[in-house]
Amino acid sequence: MLHIPLWRRILIVLVCLAGIVFALPNAFYDRVERHNDAAAAGEADAGWPDWLPNDLVNLGLDLRGGAHLVAEVQVEDVYASRMDALWPDVRDALAAERDTLGFVTRVEDGPADVLRVQVSNAEQAQRAAEIVRGLARPVSSLSAAGASDLVVSVSGGVVSVQLSEAERAATDNRTVQQALEIVRRRIDEVGTREPTIARQGEDRILVQVPGVGSAQEVKDIIGTTAQLTFNPVIRTTQDPEADPGIGNMLVPDVGGTGLYYVLERAPVVTGDELTDAQPSFDQNSNPAVSFRFDPTGARAFGDYTAQNIGEPFAIVLDNEVISAPVIQSHIPGGSGIITGQFTVEESTNLAVLLRAGALPAELTFLEERTIGPELGQDSIDAGSVAGIVGLVAVIFFMVATYGLFGVFGSIALLINVALLIAVLSVIGGTLTLPGIAGIVLTMGMAVDANVLVFERIREELKTARGPARAIELGYEKALSAIVDSNFTTFMTAVILFALGAGPVRGFAITLGLGILTSVFTAIFVTRLMIVIWYNRRRPRTIEV
Amino acid sequence: MRLRLVPDQTNINFFRAARITFGASVVAMIASVIVFFAMGLNYGIDFTGGTTIRTDSPTAVDVGEYRAALTPLELGDVAVTQVFDPSFDADQHVASVRIQTQEGQEAITQSTISRVQAALQAVDPEITFTSVESVGPKVSGELVLTAVLAVGGALAAICFYIWLRFEWQFAMGALAALLHDVVITIGVFSLLQIRFDLAIIAALLTIVGYSINDTVVVFDRARENLRKFKTMPLIDVLNLSANETLSRTVMTSGTTLIALIALLVLGGDVIRGFVFAITFGIVIGTYSSIYVAKNIVLMLGVKRDWSKEAGSKVKGKYADIDA
Repeated sequence: MLHIPLWRRILIVLVCLAGIVFALPNAFYDRVERHNDAAAAGEADAGWPDWLPNDLVNLGLDLRGGAHLVAEVQVEDVYASRMDALWPDVRDALAAERDTLGFVTRVEDGPADVLRVQVSNAEQAQRAAEIVRGLARPVSSLSAAGASDLVVSVSGGVVSVQLSEAERAATDNRTVQQALEIVRRRIDEVGTREPTIARQGEDRILVQVPGVGSAQEVKDIIGTTAQLTFNPVIRTTQDPEADPGIGNMLVPDVGGTGLYYVLERAPVVTGDELTDAQPSFDQNSNPAVSFRFDPTGARAFGDYTAQNIGEPFAIVLDNEVISAPVIQSHIPGGSGIITGQFTVEESTNLAVLLRAGALPAELTFLEERTIGPELGQDSIDAGSVAGIVGLVAVIFFMVATYGLFGVFGSIALLINVALLIAVLSVIGGTLTLPGIAGIVLTMGMAVDANVLVFERIREELKTARGPARAIELGYEKALSAIVDSNFTTFMTAVILFALGAGPVRGFAITLGLGILTSVFTAIFVTRLMIVIWYNRRRPRTIEV
Repeated sequence: MRLRLVPDQTNINFFRAARITFGASVVAMIASVIVFFAMGLNYGIDFTGGTTIRTDSPTAVDVGEYRAALTPLELGDVAVTQVFDPSFDADQHVASVRIQTQEGQEAITQSTISRVQAALQAVDPEITFTSVESVGPKVSGELVLTAVLAVGGALAAICFYIWLRFEWQFAMGALAALLHDVVITIGVFSLLQIRFDLAIIAALLTIVGYSINDTVVVFDRARENLRKFKTMPLIDVLNLSANETLSRTVMTSGTTLIALIALLVLGGDVIRGFVFAITFGIVIGTYSSIYVAKNIVLMLGVKRDWSKEAGSKVKGKYADIDA
């Protein structure tokens, strides 16, 4: 006899009810979104009751509009700066044995990620290499524990130093993590809604910001490294080809004025030592940025200003001198102000960049997409109309073919769509335009499991003893076909999810979830409806 | 009165025209390969790199004027196409401008995009840019690899599963049917020069998923009938199975097609290529599971000594699943 235990009936009904309740907020998308925004801001909003679920399906950028960028972190940048930082240590260590080694000079040409040192007593180069090896430290990563961070080699009188493979890998990882963190901070500072900032692969960062008008706006915020340094000025020149001399560098003035500064390469203080930066105004009410150093920075800055009163020093941002004031007096407190030809907006942006910290390496943008919000809305409208038309047509077709059983199948189909939307909302899945296509496709395919069962019941009715037995056999025998066919489709959805990105992944999620929910509704929900109906009516014959 | 798409009792001999149908499939596949090599695919920027800009304007689009405005910028290959769709408003005129990757640039430069936008704005001051998408050559190269891996991986995984659950002959039949569907769909995309981008790969995988779904249903029935009628010739078993499942095949394909056609007509131009691929694939996938997959199984033959344990194992595995 057809029997489903009470606990199982209750469970099935509960799952369906939960599906409907959790899908419900999406029917009032704008209202719930306002409520959630208000709640996030700590305010109350009466538009949506608090006791109802308020999770919504995230709309993908292709539906909501916004910017999508993929940036590559130029991890090699860090190798060069590590070598620059290593040079003073190498110089000091070798200088201690000047008697045997003679003079040491840095060879400036050649790749930036190799530190090359010329030893004047060429036959002692091996000894010099040994000393440099003494400066190496173990790599700080689990996978390469114990490996040295430097590789030192000798050719002629030149000692070459570079980072070891293991150290590079560890550095790359750190650099990308750091860049990711800084991009996140910069975007959060600007305060847009629900940005996605994620690491992608080895050295990429994916940034998705809904609601912005163009990818350029996002690039303006995250694209600059914001490497701030304060360097001593040696002289100024008009000649862009001027030879700055060893240990110095040539940096252009920010305005493109044709003025160049020869600066000492080693900075007095860097942006890393800032604790705060705020937009403000100078004495003449021009926009400026005021800043404060941390204790080490403050001490270094204080000492330097005390010793160099009357001398100019340069404030350098991303290899451009934004201003070069003359030190008027000793600045002990570690705070100061950057003036320059700023607009208010520029000074605000600069303050944001300085607060968030400098990017450890430059970013190159490999992919950028901007979708206008109108286009997204058009897609939503078109997708919903198509979805509703499709749904009505499928229901009509089902009822016309299977009569009452078709009605059961159609109710299950509606529950299926509700469950799918509910799961998407609760797990925070993203609905993309191909995702809408996935839902429409699932509607078509969701009836498949029901169709398999109904067709089987029809067949069994011809041979089996009575309708109850036919229904039971129909379910039993259709099961292997349902499981095998849906499992293979589910596998393709998983592969799509694993390999796809963005919109394609959105499609894979809806397709995969759709398969799960449709199998659930077909073998549990429709069956429950049929069994309840059958046990009430006890028909002698049934027509499917 | 019930709708009956297929009579309750059918006895169609699907192998009667086996030579013709199978021959047609082979010819179509060869033709697809030839078309693919002769005409190539109209790859989107996902695979070639470059920039596409979608414009929207209340004034009518003059493709020639757009092109003339962009020529002086010397951007190399620039394609301007007007987009039509029934869902557009009367005063909505949409065009798509595509620019190739600029020589020697790994990343996208905003200045190029700005110059294009300025040139178009000079032609039509009311123009707006509803979407701007740029993909660098580095990413596009990887996307090609990913796409090939995705399709290949899906085919392999499916074959393996079918081989586990059925016999290897069935796996071969399924593989042939899937290759048939994928190859011919790509051939049609090449012939009609519909833009081929990452979404189309997703569509191909969906076709693979759907087609295998269909094939498995027929195979499942064949497996059952092989056990039930131990002495019936293989050709009759396969025919019987196809006839028994025909009603279901038509019904499921029908409902899926109805939903997809609604999407094809009303879903907007942005996903039309994607939906077209799936719709076409459903039709060809249904065909291939009836006419291709079974033919291969018939050619390869199936060993008939289905042992009792094999049968009871399957039953034991699922008999306890009960509502």
